[in-house]
Amino acid sequence: MKKSYKIEVDCANCASKMEDAAKKTPGVKDAVVNFMALKMNVEFEEGADPKAVMKDVLKNCKKVEDDCEIYL
Amino acid sequence: MRMILSYAFFKGDIMTKKQKKMLWRIITAAVLMVALHFAVKAFGEKVHEPLWFLLYLIPYLTVGYDILLKAGKGIRNKQVFDENFLMAVATIGAIAIALINKSGDYTEAIAVMLFYQVGELFQSYAVGKSRKNISALMDIRPDYANVERDGELEQVDPDEVEIGTVIVVKPGEKIPIDGVVVEGVSTLDTSALTGESVPREVRPEDEVISGCINLSGLLRLRTTKEFGESTVSKILDMVENATSLKSRSEAFISRFARVYTPAVCISALALAVLPPLFLLLRGQAPGWGDWIYRALTFLVISCPCALVISIPLSFFAGIGGASREGVLVKGSNYLEALSKVQTVAFDKTGTMTKGVFEVNGIHHSSMDNDGLLELAAHAELYSTHPIALSIRRAWLDGAVFRDDGDPAEKADTSGRTIDTDRVSDVKEIGGNGITALVDGRLVACGNTKLMDSLGIAYIDCHELGTIVHVAVDGAYAGHLLISDIIKPTAKEAIKALHAAGVTKTVMLTGDAKKVGEAVAEEIGIDKVKAELLPGDKVAAVEELLAKKPERSVLAFVGDGINDAPVLTRADVGIAMGALGSDAAIEAADVVLMDDDPKKISLAIRIAKKCMRIVYENIWFAIGVKLICLVLGALGIANMWLAIFADVGVMVLAVLNAIRALFTKNLR
Repeated sequence: MKKSYKIEVDCANCASKMEDAAKKTPGVKDAVVNFMALKMNVEFEEGADPKAVMKDVLKNCKKVEDDCEIYL
Repeated sequence: MRMILSYAFFKGDIMTKKQKKMLWRIITAAVLMVALHFAVKAFGEKVHEPLWFLLYLIPYLTVGYDILLKAGKGIRNKQVFDENFLMAVATIGAIAIALINKSGDYTEAIAVMLFYQVGELFQSYAVGKSRKNISALMDIRPDYANVERDGELEQVDPDEVEIGTVIVVKPGEKIPIDGVVVEGVSTLDTSALTGESVPREVRPEDEVISGCINLSGLLRLRTTKEFGESTVSKILDMVENATSLKSRSEAFISRFARVYTPAVCISALALAVLPPLFLLLRGQAPGWGDWIYRALTFLVISCPCALVISIPLSFFAGIGGASREGVLVKGSNYLEALSKVQTVAFDKTGTMTKGVFEVNGIHHSSMDNDGLLELAAHAELYSTHPIALSIRRAWLDGAVFRDDGDPAEKADTSGRTIDTDRVSDVKEIGGNGITALVDGRLVACGNTKLMDSLGIAYIDCHELGTIVHVAVDGAYAGHLLISDIIKPTAKEAIKALHAAGVTKTVMLTGDAKKVGEAVAEEIGIDKVKAELLPGDKVAAVEELLAKKPERSVLAFVGDGINDAPVLTRADVGIAMGALGSDAAIEAADVVLMDDDPKKISLAIRIAKKCMRIVYENIWFAIGVKLICLVLGALGIANMWLAIFADVGVMVLAVLNAIRALFTKNLR
């Protein structure tokens, strides 16, 4: 399953850090952060609950870039 | 440059709250710093040291507290090499040196922090601004649809409108969903989709696509698609996702950034430790302070911000600028590929020609021309082939041909019907033609192969086009000349392609060799491969791919309807006239919204400009950084120069990147 989320982040470098962090989160098959459109496209693994997974994704993103936001 | 500045930045817009707060912090810190500087000059003798240090801490913390906080959090989260950490180390280090040396020069640390924040603010503002500009270009998303309920108009979410619903579009409104006009005559502004400024006229029965603006009259449409499947949704989706597909230059930059920062940090450490130790071993004064200062200068230069921000921004602007011209590029990687196109293969029908066939002559007829056309039209009664369509249309529209075979003025269409009862025993002979009984007479319509197989002697035509020979009851009755019309801009388009650096143009067509060659010669295409079946086109493209110059790119241009396999096989598949064709939007990498072949060269020129900007930024940013690193290591550049270089390069690179948005002078 794929879902798209609006995000808030200040620099392109931070966006790519968020992408890496999201990719490493369990339950996420693939993630792409589009800094210009301020969007994060997440592909979930089968059987994963997007809501629960996205909470972890947000937590992991906050770890690498304190100043970011994902609108769930 | 001034035009860019005024367009991109001062178009009546304010900063976000966050940015305003940052601006105030910068101004306050700057004023405090300057005031303190003069205060030290005036009262430096009378007041003693710890006080100055504490006073200088105020502007330092005002402007940099968030950087220090982020650096602390970064260490806790094991994100050591981020720019916050580097700035924190560099400025705290500079303050420490000032304290130890008792020089009292704290302004340097504050200034570095100050300029760093100015750079960040500018970057955030510029990116936000261009993001807004580009989304404004693509401002085609409809907000509502008018549905008539109980005689009253109701505005509903386009998502909720079902297929087959009749919606009303008033003058000045956007068409929200693809559909067919049921009632009303109007003109449509398609410029947001195609870049074409001449309005299009629509009448009942015409198909209209979402995203156009209704200009003059009230229209009632029956929707033919759901909102999510409508042209406007597809296009928005494509543009928004375009920058997710990263180009090779972008991949290079992110790899570079990953290596660059740690490498500079390690060199900084080496610079701080190794030379003093070496001097110490030789029994000289180590000069720790000096070397540590040089190392700190290194840290200031270590942020690859200019590159990391300006490269994606250039692509984003390039793709945005292209979409304004009606050229949709599906990803940065395709923009990069477009810029390297040297070989272009074309489909003929629908790409270089209008794809509309017309009967342009009747020759060698053994009966009257009208009678021959009537028989042919009846024989071709059920066929859906474009040639058959053109024969039927010629008959129904009242086409008349003079005795010498050329078309004359059209006749009255009354009495020109096609009567199914007169036709029986229709046999379609695949690829060759048709035989049928019309009024009891055996009519055979088709190409030379059909005539050969029936053993009928035929007369070849000296004019160009598709020839349909007609035989009645086994005797040759004459032939119809059917030809396609070359698009008026086709010749110019090929010339423009060569001017844009394309070295080889090839036309691939299923049509007869003679026809293909004639079209190619007229519009100036180098090479023709004719009489290709759909499968042969893929093979032909593969052959071209094998032969093309190394590192160059082959583009295939088709109308996207039956070219999907070829579009996918080429390095860059360009679909044209794709407005409203889902298949084309799916299969192609680049979509030209209208069917003007001149847009191909425009797309290449936009891509070239964008790539030139990307490379300018890469070389400029890396070049300036390397020079500063060398000057810093030699002790020539101080921290001031380092931060000026860092922020200055970023500002220039961002401004340069925004240039990719402007495409007017490329047309």
